[in-house]
Amino acid sequence: MINISRQGMILIIYTVPNSAYLWIYNCRDMHGIKGISGKVAGFFRLSGELSRFAGRYFAEVWKPPFEIRELLHQCYSVGNRSFPLVGITGFIIGLVLTLQTRPTLQEFGAVSWIPSMVGISIVREIGPVIIALVCAGRVASGIGAELGSMRVTEQIDAMEVSGTNPFKFLVVTRITATTLMVPVLVIFGDVLALYGSFLIEHLKGNVSFQLYFNQVFNSLEFSDLIPDTVKTFFFGLAIGLVGCFKGYYCAKGTVGVGTAANTAVVAASMLIFILDFIAVLISDIFYEL
Amino acid sequence: MSRENTITPVLPVREAEEEVVIRIKDLRKSFGDNHVLNGFNMELHQGENLVIMGKSGSGKTVMIKCLVGLMQPDSGSIEVMGKDIIKLDRTALDLLRADIGFLFQGSALYDSMTVRENLEFSLRRHKERFKDRADTETLVLEALKSVGLSHATALMPAELSGGMKRRVALARTLIMNPRIILYDEPTSGLDPITAKEIIELMRIIQARYRTSALIITHDVDCARVISDRMILLVDGINYAEGTYRELQRSADPQVKAFFK
Repeated sequence: MINISRQGMILIIYTVPNSAYLWIYNCRDMHGIKGISGKVAGFFRLSGELSRFAGRYFAEVWKPPFEIRELLHQCYSVGNRSFPLVGITGFIIGLVLTLQTRPTLQEFGAVSWIPSMVGISIVREIGPVIIALVCAGRVASGIGAELGSMRVTEQIDAMEVSGTNPFKFLVVTRITATTLMVPVLVIFGDVLALYGSFLIEHLKGNVSFQLYFNQVFNSLEFSDLIPDTVKTFFFGLAIGLVGCFKGYYCAKGTVGVGTAANTAVVAASMLIFILDFIAVLISDIFYEL
Repeated sequence: MSRENTITPVLPVREAEEEVVIRIKDLRKSFGDNHVLNGFNMELHQGENLVIMGKSGSGKTVMIKCLVGLMQPDSGSIEVMGKDIIKLDRTALDLLRADIGFLFQGSALYDSMTVRENLEFSLRRHKERFKDRADTETLVLEALKSVGLSHATALMPAELSGGMKRRVALARTLIMNPRIILYDEPTSGLDPITAKEIIELMRIIQARYRTSALIITHDVDCARVISDRMILLVDGINYAEGTYRELQRSADPQVKAFFK
């Protein structure tokens, strides 16, 4: 049985991408392999730095002081202020998905399958991914820009000099807040998406609220909910991690702040797709078992 | 002419009992091939105002950041009140930092907090230090009063002028009752009148609180008014040292260029 301690895991997270970067870099220098461009080496270097940043987060999140007040403030900022955007997005997804699929299913006389189909697709895939992408756009860019401007205007240095650990105060609280709040936002978005779908069905097919949601919940299993909720924690972690990483190590100047905000969204979105793919692979293994 | 022969450092005669609060020896720092500090040496005495002048890129800001542990030097030693800050752990460094005030070039006020919260933030990690002193409210008001901004507690940094920001930043430094204050370009970006006000405020603070001050500046007027002693930093080393008058009278072209 493999037993790796927390320090061991952190060491692996630190070492693997850095080793890959060094290996590629050495290959390029020593053997003149032109095909491996600097971008590939750069990608591994960035992965190494990001994984080191993640390792530092996991090492510091358990240590006092816990900055509870700042954490609650960030939860409010990430969660409460995202509710309108996530709510509208979820509601429209539900409306559009039902409107788009209804004519096709009607052709096959399968309109009664709409609640099941919409329910499964929203809860298992569309809801978590689209809501996480919306959060990446709103939250990761906001964190990247905020921390970036704090770095550029020396506010992070001022915090360090005042005796407050800026990593704990700014980074740990934000990553924890996104990790906790993105799942809540996804559940909220899913509920509104299903309600939007129900409204269309109610208007076009005169389906009652009870009938619609009975069908939705009959088609969903417990095994649908758990992996798809668990993966949203990882989406939240990725959003916070990338936003903080880009902002915390922002280059000097206003261009650096803009770049931090922009690349935070792009990198967080990519990471969400990668994590989603991994989550689907893992949950498929459990389904087969 | 070799650099070693340009000017013989002339240090003011000091009393033997005058305590050295900062001692930097052979400080070196490079960024890749860019050697910013090349063996910088310095001593700051208790109650002294030491001005460090130098062109942009001469290593002034890097030196001051090494001094408070924001950057790690490549070699050399930095002793602050007898403690080698390079060897201190995080907790000990934070405790030491409470004795060092740092006025940043752009004021570096936390822009999501009010003036009051900016000042309170400095106190939050050092509650033990102030347990015998008045409550936080009184400390904040006292610090703001000493910079003439006792009415500004509820304002946000975005609502303040450049001069007011610099004063609030100074109040944030003073609230910790530091023994040493480091000023990074305290008058840069200010109009001449506001700059004079800030210089005067620095003088008043130094007289009232008996702090030692290390001032990095390009402003010759500021140096003239406030300095007990000056160091001219060129290419990361002490190019010349002395009082304002001594350096002003120097025949060395590099030194003269600063006083034109």
